[in-house]
Amino acid sequence: MHLLFEPGFFSSQPVHTAVVIGAVTAIVSAIVGLYTVMRSQSFAGHALTDVATTGGSGAYFFGFSALTGFIGGAVAGAGAMDLIGVQRVRSRDLATGIVLGVATGLAALFLYLDATKSNTTGATQQILFGSIFTIDPSTVPVIAVLSAATLMLVAVIHRPLLLTSVSPELASARGIASRTVGLLFMLALAVSVGLTSIAIGSILSTALLIGPAATALRVTRSIRGAMVAACTLGVVTTWLGILLAYDSDDWDRSSQGLPVSFFIVAIAFLLYLLSGLPAVQRRVGRRDDGVRRPPRSHHVGSPRGA
Amino acid sequence: MFSGFMQHAWEIATIVGVVAGVVGFFVVLRGSAFPAHAIPNGAFAGAAGANLIGVNPLVGLGVFSLIAALGIGSLGRRGRADVATALALVAMLALGAAFLSQSTEYEPEIFSLLFGEILGVSSSQILPVAVLGLVCVAAVAGLARPLMLTSIAPEIAAARGLRPHRVEMAFLVVLACATTMTVPVVGALLIFTLMIGPPAAARCFTDRPGRAMLGSVGIALITVWAAIACAFEMNWPVGFFVGTFSAVWYGAGRLYASRHRTRRPSTGLEHAAPTGSTVAV
Repeated sequence: MHLLFEPGFFSSQPVHTAVVIGAVTAIVSAIVGLYTVMRSQSFAGHALTDVATTGGSGAYFFGFSALTGFIGGAVAGAGAMDLIGVQRVRSRDLATGIVLGVATGLAALFLYLDATKSNTTGATQQILFGSIFTIDPSTVPVIAVLSAATLMLVAVIHRPLLLTSVSPELASARGIASRTVGLLFMLALAVSVGLTSIAIGSILSTALLIGPAATALRVTRSIRGAMVAACTLGVVTTWLGILLAYDSDDWDRSSQGLPVSFFIVAIAFLLYLLSGLPAVQRRVGRRDDGVRRPPRSHHVGSPRGA
Repeated sequence: MFSGFMQHAWEIATIVGVVAGVVGFFVVLRGSAFPAHAIPNGAFAGAAGANLIGVNPLVGLGVFSLIAALGIGSLGRRGRADVATALALVAMLALGAAFLSQSTEYEPEIFSLLFGEILGVSSSQILPVAVLGLVCVAAVAGLARPLMLTSIAPEIAAARGLRPHRVEMAFLVVLACATTMTVPVVGALLIFTLMIGPPAAARCFTDRPGRAMLGSVGIALITVWAAIACAFEMNWPVGFFVGTFSAVWYGAGRLYASRHRTRRPSTGLEHAAPTGSTVAV
């Protein structure tokens, strides 16, 4: 037992919080991430972490609560992206880039002002990288409520969202207001990313948003299957990462343990690479009534599977 | 403002502005903003790693930005490009976080790698930056036609036997090269801003590729010069001004485009800079 779980793993309060928050954020990220990947909005999903971080550093300077800053920043960023044209395929990349550029510029200012305002060190690193082990337990309920709200929003727009993601033409033929649906999705994405950025840091926010979802879409053929797979992969990846990071403190007494983000990202990345192996792809391709899927499977969440 | 150590800042800023303007033109044209954001962040991890094992940070920057570029290119070929970029990016950042956790590096140095310290450039940094800058511009000049064709007219490119994936790989390597040279002076986050805002603004002012590229360089130069001047006067980070001015340029560009371009698509482009955009200077 001690080979796997170092002493104290189950009795440590930070570990408890990390395990709970890790699971909640992994599930929200996985669900929202599925649509993000299907809609090719990974860049926006990542950029919003940086925008949320800017909001967080701004909140620190102006004396708001950090959570307000992160979520407010992300929502404002998503609004700006939408305004510039993140919904259109042609200007999606640029809209995200412009907002990201402004946000990083503002972050530079806020972090500089934060540093001159207080002498506490570590703020930059904490805000930029975050850590799952330093979550304040009192924020857990807020995070849980907001996570539930995000999931509910996604559940409400699930069907039109899926259709606009998979087949915009069909969606418009059916009279779906794809712009409204897209905007609501950006809102869900912003809240989810803001939450995960503050709870587990910006690196893990993107990793858990994209990694499990992309892997799941590669190894499943229906949207339900992809949802189950993405949530499972996300939670398992997170818990395994937390365990390894906790254990790594004792691997080498002479140095510090490795950060939890390192392990979680490494696992998520490896899973993604494994899922792309030809052997895995063949297995997946054969499962469904003998029909092979085409090499580039955009249609995983086809209406048929919904 | 123009003497002593500030002179190096002006020189470096000029080189960086030209390179960002030229490379950024194709970043915007090809929709490569995500790789352009990811590669400098990967390079940041390289600098942290080099610091840890006591190698020249430039080596770490170069190696890691190259790894990031090749990784994004090869992963993106077999899956969704944006997913590949996102995962390569977080992998690099996580490595960087791991390196930082093992080193005794303290905060101001992280800050300067991310946000740059253009006001603290030393004379020994100028030559390598100038050389790498020349290499980048020369590489872009050589690649210009294939880059244009594969992004604007993929069919013609295919008919001429161009392989889009190879062109993309070559372009990513150029991006890596531009990153290696600029991250130590302007920081991982700012080179990105400079590669997106000015070229995007320039494309709003004109449809012609040659003019757009010249405009892109011009706007990038004005942005970075103005940013340095303001940073020097107000003692705020250069990055803030670069980000704000780039956005103002882009806003001015969109405004200009919405007023002029729809009515007169091919005339009146000589007055590329509308009076409103002088706010940025």
